[in-house]
Amino acid sequence: MKSESEKILTISYLAIAAFLLLIIRLWQLQIVQGNEYRKSSETNRLRVITLPAPRGIIFDRNGVPLVKNSSYYCASIIYGEFDRSKVDSLSKVLHVTVEKIHEKINKNGMGPFTLIRLKQGLSFNEVTYIESRRSDFPGLIIEVDVSREYTYGNLGSHLIGYLGKLTPSQLRDPAFRDVPPQAFIGQWGVEMLFDKKLRGNPGERIIEVDALGREIRLLQEKQPMKGEDITLSVDINLQKEAEKAFGERTGALVAVKPKTGEILGLVSKPSFDPNLFARGINYHEWIAITQDKKNPMLNRALQSQYPPGSTFKIITAIAALEEGVITPETKVNCRGGINYGRWHFGCWRKNGHGVVSLHRAIVESCDVYFYEVGRRLGIDKIYDYALSFGMGKETGLELVKERRGLIPNTKWKQEKKKLPWFLGETFNTAIGQGYVATTPIQMAVMTSAVANGGNIYKPTFIKDANPVITGKAKVRPETLEIVKKALSGVVNDPGGTGWAAKSQLMSIGGKTGTAQVVAIKKDSHYLPEKFRDHAWFVAFAPVENPEIALAVFVEHGGHGGVAAAPIAMKAIEGYLNNSKLEKHN
Amino acid sequence: MLRVDRRITKNFDWITLSIVIVIALIGIMTIYSATRPPIEGEHSRFYLRQTLWLIIGIIALFLIVSFDYVWLSRFSLYIYIFGIILLIAVFFLGKAGMGAKRWLSFGPLSFQPSEFFKLAYIIMLAQQLSIINGTITTISLLRLFLLTVLFPFALLIKEPDLGTSLIILAIFVSLILVKGLHKKVVTLLVIISLVSLPFIGTILWEGLKDYQKSRLVAFIEPQIDPTGIGYHITQSKITVGSGKFIGKGYLKGTQGPFRFLPEKHTDFIFAVFAEEWGFIGSIILLLLYLFLILRALDTARKAKDEFGRLLALGITFMFSIYFFVNVGMTLGIMPVVGIPLPFMSYGGTALLSNLFAIGILINIRTRRFYLF
Repeated sequence: MKSESEKILTISYLAIAAFLLLIIRLWQLQIVQGNEYRKSSETNRLRVITLPAPRGIIFDRNGVPLVKNSSYYCASIIYGEFDRSKVDSLSKVLHVTVEKIHEKINKNGMGPFTLIRLKQGLSFNEVTYIESRRSDFPGLIIEVDVSREYTYGNLGSHLIGYLGKLTPSQLRDPAFRDVPPQAFIGQWGVEMLFDKKLRGNPGERIIEVDALGREIRLLQEKQPMKGEDITLSVDINLQKEAEKAFGERTGALVAVKPKTGEILGLVSKPSFDPNLFARGINYHEWIAITQDKKNPMLNRALQSQYPPGSTFKIITAIAALEEGVITPETKVNCRGGINYGRWHFGCWRKNGHGVVSLHRAIVESCDVYFYEVGRRLGIDKIYDYALSFGMGKETGLELVKERRGLIPNTKWKQEKKKLPWFLGETFNTAIGQGYVATTPIQMAVMTSAVANGGNIYKPTFIKDANPVITGKAKVRPETLEIVKKALSGVVNDPGGTGWAAKSQLMSIGGKTGTAQVVAIKKDSHYLPEKFRDHAWFVAFAPVENPEIALAVFVEHGGHGGVAAAPIAMKAIEGYLNNSKLEKHN
Repeated sequence: MLRVDRRITKNFDWITLSIVIVIALIGIMTIYSATRPPIEGEHSRFYLRQTLWLIIGIIALFLIVSFDYVWLSRFSLYIYIFGIILLIAVFFLGKAGMGAKRWLSFGPLSFQPSEFFKLAYIIMLAQQLSIINGTITTISLLRLFLLTVLFPFALLIKEPDLGTSLIILAIFVSLILVKGLHKKVVTLLVIISLVSLPFIGTILWEGLKDYQKSRLVAFIEPQIDPTGIGYHITQSKITVGSGKFIGKGYLKGTQGPFRFLPEKHTDFIFAVFAEEWGFIGSIILLLLYLFLILRALDTARKAKDEFGRLLALGITFMFSIYFFVNVGMTLGIMPVVGIPLPFMSYGGTALLSNLFAIGILINIRTRRFYLF
């Protein structure tokens, strides 16, 4: 039997032991996990609200806004503060199914302070209803966000581009460190190209809140800085007319200002609606776009290359005149084709053109004439001139990864095919068939050089940007005068292949081109579409003092004079008409 | 009127009184901080009322010290019956608060009879045990249980006041263990508990109210639902932990005023203190309590008679259980049982009855010599 004192001593030791237990626990909470809990108490109390910066507006060259910023309301919940038993009643308020809400919470719920967006684009009624019943839904907040609205929808979508969330690789990229993780940034087109300028700096509000989510006070506020506006060199009216003229057909158009290299219009068909991307594209929409057989995400103006067909005769003609292998008066008798060895090289007109000089050979696009010219020049001379007009290399427009096209020569053939060059291949190259391949933008740059006296400019999207000359075409003004006269004849002379581009409003010069898809030459209209020829048309206007140069390409469009020339005419009229009107006003 | 004995002033236990007053003042400071409005606004009057109760309590404490505690032994039965009457009165006249009837109102004053009952109960138990010679036999254990525990326990469960009923049971068990049980009783109890072990869990679980069950679940697994039942525990741990080593500073705590921490000025007052004063402050405060408990145990050891010794021990057990369970719950190592922290938590009746109890302790210590 223990004495009373001993019993009490034992109790004292028990008390001390319990006390030490409490101290250990305190040490664990306050010292070991202190930083963690301090942070939790801060996040409990502080709410950081990002104030999105309005993005800069994109204007066309005449000051027409191409995009709008519109703000919209979202209902979001703070994961840790939201009472899950309220999902049913919340579902009724937001008109979002219970399953959908659970799905979103389960997918995004990580930390207790994660914001989960349940619904975007709340109506004003929904906002007022929720605000008045805030205490029924602890953890529910209304956020304001700004979305991009593309006023013209599909129009110029390849050029304007769209916004998207940061990609996983961008999230790791230090260049995007300042961008809030949920923000939308330019991911395509001009939106991407000038994203830094357009983006602006987001603001921030740090507020103290109590447990019911009520604002106690504003601790800090940084106003957002709106992004810079930019004015593009593009004319939306031209764009509109050109896309209308394209209709449902596949292809591309690039229009530049010959004197500066400014892009006046850039079409790639089919296009897509950038508004789909503005608030986050959903999986099905994305699949529909990317798996479309016509590939709407391909920018055909820069990323498709095809033989330029007869539009290449411009280069062959210039090379021949410059090299002195012909004069404008040099005549060739076209009997509808020539024989070379075992092969027959036909002219597109089976009956032949008869005796033609350079002017008529261009106007009527006589192939036999250019076989002869090609024979006299040799492939390597043609190569030199084509390169001096900017072909076979990137034009330097930083929009998407550009294709380089291909201008063949003997060296190339030897290296790639391990074979010598044949004269028959020179014939083909001289009329823009065979190995030669160009992109629509290269053709636009070439045409622009013809129109401006031989300057190769780096294309740009910015209005009144300082022109950057990247090259000088090997051509004298006299030669260009002869060629330009002939190109005017293509459209305006009787029998010209580009008659369909003739405008009542102004003088247009141009050249048709038809790129063979299969060797059988038949009337294209009776062939299935995929075997039809590709149609080209390059043009400039007004002939006397060119303000615009362009290239049109219609995939499987058939004959260039029929399919592509009217599109060029509409685009030119759209531009020159519009700028005339502007001057009147 | 009152004849103040010179020995009373000479032997008066100033140390215990000072510790209690310091703790109570810390309590008032913390109540002030916990109930302050987060922005400009009217300050709630909790801290003023608590100050008033402290003054009343100290006066009552001196009154209790002024007469010999032996009188408590003589009147123990009447005191006990009075306590029982109060408990019964709650059922007929009581007002409900938070799903339980615990309060009696007298005009503007309302008080919790169960707070006073605990004292009456300890006095009764101490008196009954003190008249037993040697160890407790089966008969006297049964008699004790039926006479002192069963009825009030049933009443308190019915109120329901789980906290107090468990305390009553715990004090009973501790005191009979200290008194010592006869070998036969020990054998019998072991057999009974072994037999009933499989059922006891179910019986207890079924007897709990839903909110009591969820508290237990939340204690074991607070992450199950951080906004629901586990909320108290999660927020309490955040509050304590965020104080770190030196604390956020007085009136700089946020968890209380911003309402993240529930019951901030009552059951969870220690969390608010720990948030503002950190690890250092918390150790000092806990040391004060430990010292108070050790001092009370020393009082029991030095008591001049069996009744005084058991009475002092009963009171010490009561404070100790309250203290360890409350702080343990705040630190997340005990389930959330709604019991306050003695001398600090807001609550007039509790402060008053605790000061009564301290008065009894001081009384026992002051009269520890057989001089009269």
